[in-house]
Amino acid sequence: MSDHPTMLRAGTAAPDFTLHSTPDQTVSLSEFRGRPVILAFYPADWSPVCGDQMALYNEVLPEFHKYGAELIGISVDGAWCHAAFSQARHLRFPLLADFEPKGETSRAYGVYRTHDGQSERALFVIDGEGVIRWSYCSPVGINPGADGILEALEAMHPDKAVAR
Amino acid sequence: MSEHPHGTLRPDVGEGDHRAGPSHAPVTLVEYGDYQCPHCARAHPIVTEIRKQLGASLQFVFRNFPLTEIHPDAGHAAEATESVAQSSGNDAYWAMHDAIYEHQMDSLDALDDEHLVQYAADIGADAARVQADLDGGTFEERVRADFVSGVRSGVNGTPTFFINGVRFDGNWSNRREFAAALQSPSA
Repeated sequence: MSDHPTMLRAGTAAPDFTLHSTPDQTVSLSEFRGRPVILAFYPADWSPVCGDQMALYNEVLPEFHKYGAELIGISVDGAWCHAAFSQARHLRFPLLADFEPKGETSRAYGVYRTHDGQSERALFVIDGEGVIRWSYCSPVGINPGADGILEALEAMHPDKAVAR
Repeated sequence: MSEHPHGTLRPDVGEGDHRAGPSHAPVTLVEYGDYQCPHCARAHPIVTEIRKQLGASLQFVFRNFPLTEIHPDAGHAAEATESVAQSSGNDAYWAMHDAIYEHQMDSLDALDDEHLVQYAADIGADAARVQADLDGGTFEERVRADFVSGVRSGVNGTPTFFINGVRFDGNWSNRREFAAALQSPSA
């Protein structure tokens, strides 16, 4: 456990943002009102391991969708970098570029690392009303997995619990 | 709610699992693995050696965790082992498990359906059944259930190991460290 001291906590309204998902498209958090949203901030594209965090979440996506939840990845990488990474990993969820002004959204959520200019590896589960229901910050070198996200979604919708 | 206990195996090892070694062994090692993952192939001889070393004091369990977007043949490889288990029994399952990891690096198509069926034939299992089960997706759901159990247990990459139900976050590629953790489990 290495919770970032400034990380926004459960019960806080999730700050809205509009960021590029591709070089010519943007995504705003407010577009997802009415549905749970999972925000996964991570340090950088191209982490050199099999089954890195984004590849893992890509595989877990059907489980997130059972709760009607949408997943969004956010790092300070630019939209072109995200496009190449997303294509290489066959990602089926948007990666947003917290690129200009650099790290503005990461800062708003209290998970920007000023000393190395990257986002923390931080997770937020936001409910349909735009309120943070769960947040977790993992040590940068440790993939937090998806069990915490599923538990948070389950706590919001106990009727949709995933079997096993 | 941010105090989340990561890395606890669920569900516990049970009847539905592929198990090797005595079920009452003091230590149970569970591996979540992907048959197309090079790290898992690297871990395979290490696990095999440690299983020999610990003998009857260790029960080993393998659960499927195929990352099919990056390893397109991993899903069918897992389904092939399940088919062999059902048609030819537990010993054949482990023979198939070993064969797939031993052949993983042979070529780029070492885990395509044709090769998987061949490995099944090589170990004396029902190869035609494997082909039919792959074509019909007979074990797709079983493999996905393993995957989801892994996600719920906090699997965060492959291979992920659990020692007596607790995720091992140490370095499995260091045989001494891995063996020591298995000889004095924390749970």
